[in-house]
Amino acid sequence: MFTLTADQELFEATTAQFLAAHYGSERIRQMRYAPAFEPEIWQRGAELGWTSLLAAEADGGGSISGNGLLDLLVVAFHFGRHAAPGPLLGTNVVALALGRWGSAAQRQGPLAGILSGVGVAAWAGPVGQAARVQVDDTGEHLVLNGAVACVDGAADAHHLVVSAEIDQSITQYLVPLVSPGISLSPLEGLDLTRRFHRVTFTNVRLPTGARLGAPGEGSAQDAELLDVMAVLQAGEIAGAMHRAFEITLQWTLDRYSFGRPLASYQEIKHRVADLRMHLEASEAAAARAARAVGERAPDASTWAAAAKAYTGRHGPEMIQDCIQLHGGIGVTFEHDLHLFLRRAVTDAQLYGTPESASRRVAQLIETPESLVAAR
Amino acid sequence: MSEQISVADFAARARGWLPDYLPAADPAAAQFFLTATGSSDVEDLARIQTCRALQRKLHDGGFAGICVPPEYGGQGLTPAHQAAFNRELRGYDYPAEIQASTFIPAMALLLEFGTEEQKLRHIPAMLRGEEIWIQFLSEPGSGSDAASAVTTATREGDQWVLNGSKIWTTAGWYGDWAICLARTNWDAEKHRGLTVFTFPMSTPGIEVRRIELVNGSREFCQEYLTDVVVSDADRLGEVDAGWDVVTRWLYHERTIAGGSKYVTGQGNQSTEGPYEAAVMAALAREHGTWDEPRTQELIGEARVLGLVRSALVQSVTRKMADGALPHHAAAILRLFSGMATTRRASIAYELAGERGVAWDPADRTDAQVALGYVVRQAACIGGGTTEMARNVISERLLGMPRERRADSEAFRDVPRGPGTSRSR
Repeated sequence: MFTLTADQELFEATTAQFLAAHYGSERIRQMRYAPAFEPEIWQRGAELGWTSLLAAEADGGGSISGNGLLDLLVVAFHFGRHAAPGPLLGTNVVALALGRWGSAAQRQGPLAGILSGVGVAAWAGPVGQAARVQVDDTGEHLVLNGAVACVDGAADAHHLVVSAEIDQSITQYLVPLVSPGISLSPLEGLDLTRRFHRVTFTNVRLPTGARLGAPGEGSAQDAELLDVMAVLQAGEIAGAMHRAFEITLQWTLDRYSFGRPLASYQEIKHRVADLRMHLEASEAAAARAARAVGERAPDASTWAAAAKAYTGRHGPEMIQDCIQLHGGIGVTFEHDLHLFLRRAVTDAQLYGTPESASRRVAQLIETPESLVAAR
Repeated sequence: MSEQISVADFAARARGWLPDYLPAADPAAAQFFLTATGSSDVEDLARIQTCRALQRKLHDGGFAGICVPPEYGGQGLTPAHQAAFNRELRGYDYPAEIQASTFIPAMALLLEFGTEEQKLRHIPAMLRGEEIWIQFLSEPGSGSDAASAVTTATREGDQWVLNGSKIWTTAGWYGDWAICLARTNWDAEKHRGLTVFTFPMSTPGIEVRRIELVNGSREFCQEYLTDVVVSDADRLGEVDAGWDVVTRWLYHERTIAGGSKYVTGQGNQSTEGPYEAAVMAALAREHGTWDEPRTQELIGEARVLGLVRSALVQSVTRKMADGALPHHAAAILRLFSGMATTRRASIAYELAGERGVAWDPADRTDAQVALGYVVRQAACIGGGTTEMARNVISERLLGMPRERRADSEAFRDVPRGPGTSRSR
């Protein structure tokens, strides 16, 4: 959907076929109570390129089109289309962080692991304003205390990137999840194949080399990662919308009421036209944002927040309308639509709601001097 | 074509040219009809003179008709060149108000259906700002159903005589030439008895009446045609094949929301006036409401709609150009534009609070926002209703069943109101 080059098209086709072969909707439904992470499938995905697109060639990564985020958007879109399991978002965000700010040791160890598909990472992205984890720096080692309320994929990950505060200065750390003092407490969640945990740090001792990036840069780094996460979430939401739309259009053609297909009623046609418009707009917004964020353009944050705000607001609503057009079957567990609603709304609400994304867009508006003068 | 200037070089040339030739846009002077309040006819006509002069500057600078073949006065370049120029043009004043209807649909239709003589006669003059065109499409009895036109053209030798009435013409009171849909055969099915004509507005028998919209805008007109004589040489396309022309006419009309290679800048609005999020933010700061979360949410939403519209226009235009989407996808742009504009009008109005009900006469922005709210739905009506856009998307783009027709017999037998009954 976002492809521009023949290489991207091939990449998209391979990913789409792979996901279709492994993650049909029946399989997703069955994973409700099963472990949602399948390491061998994830490693094959890594071989397809799912984990290396945001890393530099020098670190063993590389993009297809020159803009790795635009390439990764294709994967996110198809993850959305299948409501597919796997630590796609967290692992890639951490890969970007390690490539951008990681020490040589962090790049050679954890990053190389991520690229091969053997290593999995999670990001305790910012949710509120204040850091939720405090750090003590003894000079010889670091001690972390505190908790993060909701982390996606923490139980399957080897490493966690988390921001922690010392003396009102926030810094990022790369924490091995096997470190003593870390405990995970599972949450219940909407998405059938995403597992969320509360992560608690109790006197977790880390070497000073666990610091990721310069001291005091944690919030700025989190903001950059948030932009990337917003683009990937928008891509997943657009994919979920795409699948829901496809199912719904076919349904209106196949389902007959009062002797004629639903698709012949103008009320239904006009609703479907609106859905199609929101789908096209969501795809366009996600792609435009991927371009800006991938190129680190000056307006990257505005585009990222705009894509998140638009898809987050209209994606779940659009799928709800798809359910309405289905009637009773649409709210049954055996139907597929809810899988895409769950995925879309999970992406919409996490790492900032659509409303907070809208406020961010407003806060980023630059008022030209000419407007001030004109007032 | 091997020596065609690259897009980057063309953009660089535009960057160098623009500061010396075009004035800066005045964001306070919204020319958008939804927010056009308080300007006098004298001011409006002066602005049109400015548009003609600006168009002449574009022409002389080599930036008019970027996608028009050189033999008709254009540059013979690609949509990518036009898009690059539009990007460079941001912040400058340009002849926004004459893009529609002169360049789309009129010039686009001349290029597609005109004789060589017609193209040579009109297109260079359009590009020089000497001919402003208007469209005679809608009639008092036919809006969305354009094919039910009853303005009639009767052949008399090598001339045609037109009688009837047209409505919703922008620039009707100052335009130079008209492109007009008329019925030439009442015995054929309604789409098959239509023909398109062109004629100068100075032709005897055309009476123009200004229409006042609820916001005070007097941009639109109704015309009465009484025995208007048109030369057969000014007919556009074949006799009784006017619907072929209208199909493209409606397509070009939908691309005013974006996506036309013949439109300079952002179509008929150089600025979005009070619907520009930066204007909303400046107003909120001035009135001390900026720090309210609801204010920022609304302003952010307005900005998001503007951004998504530009991304959508870019994406759909590219997909239509490379065949990934059929040209009917332009209806998505029209629908989005209508929905986004009405929503932004509502956001601006909500932000205005009491000032949207009663305002200081010195504050034209408040007046624009308040009256813009009252005329809001025009954004979903003018240029083809959003209902028609939804029909195009569902039927043409998605292949859903067409509406059942009640007008497939000879047009003279089609009911046109409660007073008419079928003759058989």
